[in-house]
Amino acid sequence: MSSNATYIPKSALGRWFESRLPVMGLIHSSFIDYPTPRNLNYWWTFGGILSFMLGAQILTGIVLAMHYTPETSLAFGSIEHIMRDVNYGWLIRFLHSNGASMFFIAVYIHIFRGMYYGSYKSPREVLWILGVIILLLMMATAFMGYVLPWGQMSFWGAKVITSLFGAIPAIGQAITTWLWGGYSVDDPTLNRFFSLHYLLPFMIAGVVVLHVWALHVVGQNNPTGIEVKNIDKDTVRFTPYATAKDAVGLACFLIFYMWFVFYIPDFLGHADNYVEANPLQTPPHIVPEWYFLPFYAILRAIPSKLLGVVALFGSIAVLAFLPWLDTSLVRSGRFRPVFRVFFWVFVAVAVGLGYLGSKPPEGGYVIAARLLTVYYFAHFFIILPIVGWLETPLPIPASIAEAVLPQGGSAATIGGRAAAEPSTKG
Amino acid sequence: MDSMRKWGLGAALAAVGVLSVASIAFAQNEKPPAPQPATASQKAEEENPEPPRQSWSFAGPLGVFDQGQLQRGYKVYREVCSNCHSMQMLSFRNLADPGGPHFSEAQVKALAASFQIKDGPNDAGEMFDRPGRPSDKFPWNFANAQAARAALGGALPPDMSVLAKARTYERGVPWFIFDIFTQYQEEGVDYISALLNGYTQTPAGVTLAPGQYYNVYFPGHKIGMPPPLSDGQVAYTDGAPATVQQYSRDVSAFLMWAAEPKFEERKALGLRVMIFLVVFAVLLYFTKRRIWARVHEDAHA
Repeated sequence: MSSNATYIPKSALGRWFESRLPVMGLIHSSFIDYPTPRNLNYWWTFGGILSFMLGAQILTGIVLAMHYTPETSLAFGSIEHIMRDVNYGWLIRFLHSNGASMFFIAVYIHIFRGMYYGSYKSPREVLWILGVIILLLMMATAFMGYVLPWGQMSFWGAKVITSLFGAIPAIGQAITTWLWGGYSVDDPTLNRFFSLHYLLPFMIAGVVVLHVWALHVVGQNNPTGIEVKNIDKDTVRFTPYATAKDAVGLACFLIFYMWFVFYIPDFLGHADNYVEANPLQTPPHIVPEWYFLPFYAILRAIPSKLLGVVALFGSIAVLAFLPWLDTSLVRSGRFRPVFRVFFWVFVAVAVGLGYLGSKPPEGGYVIAARLLTVYYFAHFFIILPIVGWLETPLPIPASIAEAVLPQGGSAATIGGRAAAEPSTKG
Repeated sequence: MDSMRKWGLGAALAAVGVLSVASIAFAQNEKPPAPQPATASQKAEEENPEPPRQSWSFAGPLGVFDQGQLQRGYKVYREVCSNCHSMQMLSFRNLADPGGPHFSEAQVKALAASFQIKDGPNDAGEMFDRPGRPSDKFPWNFANAQAARAALGGALPPDMSVLAKARTYERGVPWFIFDIFTQYQEEGVDYISALLNGYTQTPAGVTLAPGQYYNVYFPGHKIGMPPPLSDGQVAYTDGAPATVQQYSRDVSAFLMWAAEPKFEERKALGLRVMIFLVVFAVLLYFTKRRIWARVHEDAHA
């Protein structure tokens, strides 16, 4: 689908360069000439929003690293130094700390969108799995980033999560000691977390390149889930069409993001993290950041520590097997009336697990968390395969053009003209 | 047909909003509900009344500090709180910053000079005391935490630099969601202010260890800090009432500023950024519509 044959540099220098390194042609074919389904809705703008967030986090993070001190007795103070004495340090820090949450809001929307419209199905399995790898890397990055301010929740969160590896039989304790760089969460831990927190975003960027590459090989899914059959009729050029729509989506997302940064910058954090880490004083409640709460609930729902850890990682890893667990031949939830109901139930269950993750693991909360954990896995291992076999899908249009244009076949040719028009201007 | 589309932003925001925002706020400093029937004294310990919500000049998108209040609050801090509490992150020069108490440079210089600061070592290798300078951090009455514990009956008063952000109370469902829109971010100052007014008679059945005091707002109710304020204790020169209630409000506001000296700058810049973004988004939207009109017009022809 992507070809750089359409790109001919205008200047002699451009042609000289292009014949030696066709990078401009690559950009042109990927972000200008690239055909995108004409019916993409605003849920599809979150890919661009996520790229923006990755860039924003790296940029603000680099500046923060210039002023931050990864040493246990100085880290907490250096954050306050950034807040008070660095020029616009408060802004950069709040952009970064809230940016992490915004990154996860966007990625969860992006994932749910993929699940609803069947974006993981053949031929997009590798694209989807790369996305799951990005999610795992994001989680590791965010977890280590939250440790850096060295507040109470940083310290105790790090302690709880790293201790999970202690559940591995025989070698667990040795692994934990190795991760800590000692016999407790301490200075070596903070130092390596800082180092890795700086490294991982660039690994994410690398996998994002693969993710986008895979996307451009197989092409984008779309709300109908129907493959592009006729480039002229079914698609529009990436620029200006998708670019303009992505820009609107991004601007709206920025309004949401900046509301948090400027008006409620501490809303998504924990008050306890404004108390410097104290290894001798356990906070009454140790809770991770909000984006880990559903997984935290799954971890605590299981009575065995080892099995809890397995379920925790399994709850994320299962996403990678989604292409083979969903047996339906129909891609989009739009044409799957039964699946659609289960999809929204699953969303509610995920939200419910998030709520339970914030609650103490006792009484009715544990029972509820166990029920929802069972449902979470049942969605993947029981509901999706069975619904795929039994469900009768709605009639599926012959093509994207037919689905979105009012008068069936004749309109399709008109649509074709519409799509062809801008490319003559390029 | 397509519920993802039909429900549109509503569903998305509901889903993600709850997933995201939701769970978090619960997490903040909440008290576990008693799963088993609790004994009377246990129950008394777990019950914490919600601090009364106060109106603050710095609340909301246009919030700014009341400069007179911050100056009074600093006086309360210096004459009362600083006897035990440290405030390590602040320097005297901060008191002259705009958006804060905004004392004049000369006032800050004179104020700093009234403190003796340990400095050194000098050429002879000895530490020495000298009058404070505006660039000095607020000094503490104790050489270190152990000295403070020893002098104060075992309890270590928390550092006050970010105390207003380090304290909160549980908002619960659904209030924490409304807080996003109402921008209620004053849980910390409401709590501190309530705490300072929260010393009451010890209820029957509660036994306090020596050096403990009963406070209705303190988690567990047994606080190591003696009631710090009494009416008429700090002399105000601007006519504000010299009452515990006024003192606690003023010092809470001062602590809010101390926790984030760039607070006013943040809200002021925020307003400009939001206006810009809203205008920008609207312009982008109409640009997008115009670009896409070519596709839609032909499609509906």
